[in-house]
Amino acid sequence: MDGGEALIRARGLVKRFGEFTAVDGIDVEVRKGEAFGFLGPNGAGKSSTMRMIGCVSAPTGGELAILGMDPLRQGPAIRARLGVCPQEDNLDIELTARENLTTYARYFGIPRATARRRADQLLEFVQLADRAGSKVDQLSGGMRRRLTIARSLVNEPDIVLLDEPTTGLDPQARHLVWERLFRLKRQGTTLVLTTHYMDEAEQLCDRLVVMDGGRIAAEGSPRELIEQHATREVVELRFGVTALEPFADKLAGIGERLELLPDRILLYADDGDAAAAEVYARNLSPSGVLVRRASLEDVFLHLTGRTLVETG
Amino acid sequence: MIMVTTAVARVLAGDELRARRAAAVTERNLVAFRTGGTYWWLVVSGFAEPLLYLLAIGWGVGALVGDMELPDGRVVPYLTFLAPALLAAAAMNGAIAESTMNFFAKMKFAKLYDSVLNTPVTPVEIAFGELGWAMLRGAMYTGAFLVVMVVLDVTSPVRALAAFPAALLVGFAFGALGMAFATLMRSWQDFDYVGIVQFAVFLFSGTFVPVASYPVAMQVLVQVSPLYHGVELIRSITTGTVGWGHLWHLAYLLAAVVLGLAVAARRMARLLLG
Amino acid sequence: MAHPSVAVLEYQLVGYRRFWRGTVFSSFVMPVLFFLGMGLAVGEYVDRGGGLDLPYQQFIGAGLVAFTGVQIAMIESSFPVLGNFKWQRIYYGMAATPLRVGDMIAGQLGYIGFRIAVAAAAFLLVMIPFGAVTSAWAGLAPLVAVLVGLAVAAPMFAFSATIESANLQAVMFRFALLPMVLFSGVFFPVGQLPELLRPLAYALPLWHGVELCRAAVLGIGTAWPVPVHLGYLGLWVGVGFVLAMARFRRRLAT
Repeated sequence: MDGGEALIRARGLVKRFGEFTAVDGIDVEVRKGEAFGFLGPNGAGKSSTMRMIGCVSAPTGGELAILGMDPLRQGPAIRARLGVCPQEDNLDIELTARENLTTYARYFGIPRATARRRADQLLEFVQLADRAGSKVDQLSGGMRRRLTIARSLVNEPDIVLLDEPTTGLDPQARHLVWERLFRLKRQGTTLVLTTHYMDEAEQLCDRLVVMDGGRIAAEGSPRELIEQHATREVVELRFGVTALEPFADKLAGIGERLELLPDRILLYADDGDAAAAEVYARNLSPSGVLVRRASLEDVFLHLTGRTLVETG
Repeated sequence: MIMVTTAVARVLAGDELRARRAAAVTERNLVAFRTGGTYWWLVVSGFAEPLLYLLAIGWGVGALVGDMELPDGRVVPYLTFLAPALLAAAAMNGAIAESTMNFFAKMKFAKLYDSVLNTPVTPVEIAFGELGWAMLRGAMYTGAFLVVMVVLDVTSPVRALAAFPAALLVGFAFGALGMAFATLMRSWQDFDYVGIVQFAVFLFSGTFVPVASYPVAMQVLVQVSPLYHGVELIRSITTGTVGWGHLWHLAYLLAAVVLGLAVAARRMARLLLG
Repeated sequence: MAHPSVAVLEYQLVGYRRFWRGTVFSSFVMPVLFFLGMGLAVGEYVDRGGGLDLPYQQFIGAGLVAFTGVQIAMIESSFPVLGNFKWQRIYYGMAATPLRVGDMIAGQLGYIGFRIAVAAAAFLLVMIPFGAVTSAWAGLAPLVAVLVGLAVAAPMFAFSATIESANLQAVMFRFALLPMVLFSGVFFPVGQLPELLRPLAYALPLWHGVELCRAAVLGIGTAWPVPVHLGYLGLWVGVGFVLAMARFRRRLAT
C-alpha cells in the first residue's frame, strides 16, 4: 500500500460546533484505490469528518486537501469528482428511481443522453432495473439504499464517501449492498466509509482508523489492529449469574488478559482451546463457553474500555 | 425562462458553469412536474384562481361599480381597470407559493438540497434555479391570463405582449423576496404571517380602486408595496398610459429582485453549509 | 359521565391553546381585510354607481359573516384531518379507546363550530362601528355561520379521509372553496349571474348561509323561506356526517 497517491490528506483536522468539539485534531491519509474506514460509535466524529471531506462543512482548524485541492476555495471542483452516499437516504420523493439518477447527473453538468445511459447502467448494477419507473416511496429500505449508492456513482467519481452504508438494513439487504461495494472496490474505486459494524469494517476496509470522542484511537489494517490490540483468539465465558467479579478473580493468569462485561467475561489468549481447558481445570463450570477469533470489536473494547454497539 | 435565469446568473456570477448548474436545479422541477401526480394538479389549478377573481370581481362587482376614470382622463369599464392589477397579483401569488411554501418544504423536510449540495451545485445556484422554476410557473399563469384579457377585449395583443415581461418582473421580485423570507422561517406557523401580509398587499395596492381614493397615510404606505409598483406598471401598459414616471416603478421592482436574492443566497449558505 | 365526543372536543381545545395565534389570520384578519378593502374602498365606487338598494359596506359585511364560517370550516377539515390519519395518526390512537367513529367526528366538528362562533362574533363586533349591523337579530348570525360551516366541514371530512396528498386539498380550495366564495352572493347579488350558473349557487351551501346572515344582520327578508334555507344546510351536515363516518371507518381499517 505504501507509496500510493494520497487522495485525501488531513493534518490536525478540527471541527467545532460552538463549545462542542466533534473532531479533535485528526490526521488521515487515504490512498488511491483503497477502501478506507472510520470505525466508531455514534458521536465519535465520523459523520462530521465525512461532511468536511465532502466539502459541505468547513473545517474549524487544521489542514485538509482532497484530490490535491483546497475544500474551502475549490469546493465545486472537488465535489464534481466525489460520490456521496449520506447516512439518511435523501432521495427525491417526487421523482421515479430513474429520474432520481438522471436529474442528479444534470447537477454535474452531464449531458442528458449520457445521463440516461448511465442511469440505466447503474440501475442494472444495483439490481433495480425492474423498478426504474417506481417512485421512491414504493421502494423498500434496502432498495432505497441501493438507489442512493447508484446516485453517488452517477458522475463516475474518483472517491465514493459512504456514511454508514448498511445501518438500518436487514441482513439480506446488507449482504447485497456489501457485494456491490466489493465490486466497486475491485474496479479500483476509492471508497471511504464510516461504520459502527465490526463485520462491515473487516469485510470492506483495507485500512481503517478507530475513532472515539473526536480523536483517532488506532490506525491500521483490520489484521494489524487485531494483532496489535488483541490476541489471536478469544474465549467468551458465561456463568448464568450477574455477579461475575468472583469468577474473574479465579480466572486470573489464564491467557494474556481478561475483560469483564456486564453479561460475560472475555479471556484473551493465542490458543483459545488451551485457555478454555485451563478454566475447567480450575474447577469452574461456566454455563456457556465460546472460543472465537478476535475481531475489531475486541480492539475497540481494549482501546476504549467500552463495547462498540451497546449490548442489551 | 431557463435562459433568463441562466443569463442573470451569468451576469452576477461571471461563470458559465454556474449558470448551467442553476439551470439543472430548474430542470429538476420540470421533471417533477412532468412526472405527474398531485403536484401536477396543484400547478395546473393555479390557472383558475386569477380567472375566478377576474370573473367575480371584474364582472360581478364591476356591474355595480360601472366605469372607472384612468389617469389620462379616459373612462373605461371596471374590468379593464381591474384585469391588469389581477395579472400583477397572479404573478405575485404564483411566485410566493413556489418560493415560500414549496421552497421551505424542500429545504427543511424533504432534505432535497442536502443531496444537491453534495454535487458541484452551490447554495446560490440552488436559489437561482428555484427562482427559475418559480418564474417558469409564473410565466405560464401570466401568459394564460393575458390571453384571456385579449379575448375579453380588455387590452390589445400588442399591449399584452409588452405587459408579459413586466408581469415576469413582478413575479421575479416576489420570488426573490419570498425566498429570502423562507430562509428566515422557523416553522410552518410563520407562513400564516406571510399569508396575512400577502393578502393585505393584494387588497391594498391600488388593485381594486385607484390609490388616489385611499386616505393620505395609506397613499404613502402603499409606496412600500412591490405589488403597487407592479400594478401601476402593468396597468399603464395594458391601458396604454405609459410615461417616464413609470421608470420609478421599474427601478423599485429591480431593487426588490437584487435585495431578495442577496439575502436568500447569504442565508442559504449559512443554513445548509453549517 | 359526559358524552365521549366531549372528550374529543376537549382534546382539540387543549391543542388550540397552543397555536391559536396562527389561526387568527384565516379566521379573523382575512374577513376584516375583505371588509375594509372591498366594503370600504370598492364600496365607495359601488355606492356611487347606485346598483344596490343598500350601502355596499352593509351588503358585504353580512355576507362575510357566512364566509368566515366556510373559511374556517374548510381549513380545519382539510389538512388537520389528513394529518390525523397520515402523520400524527391520532385517529388510530383514538380508535383504540372506547371512542366510536361518530364520537371522533362529532367532537372535532364541535371544536370547529366553537371556533366559527367565536370568530364570527368577533367580526360582527368590528362591523358595528361601521354601521354595518342594523338589527338585533344579528346575534343569531354567528350561529348561522356555524351551521353553514358544518355543512362544508362534514363532507370535507369525508374527502380528507379519502386522499393521500395535501396537494389535492390545495386543488380543492381553488376549485371548490374559491368559486363558492366568489359566486355565492357575498360580493355581488346572485341575480347578476348568468341564468345558467344561478342553480349552481343555489346548490352550494354558502348562498343559503349568506341569505340567512343578511336577514339576521340587516333585518331584511330572505330569498326563500327561512326553514328551507335552514333545512337545506342541515341536509348537507347530515349527509356529510354519514359520508365522513363511512370514510373514517374504511381508512381506520387499513
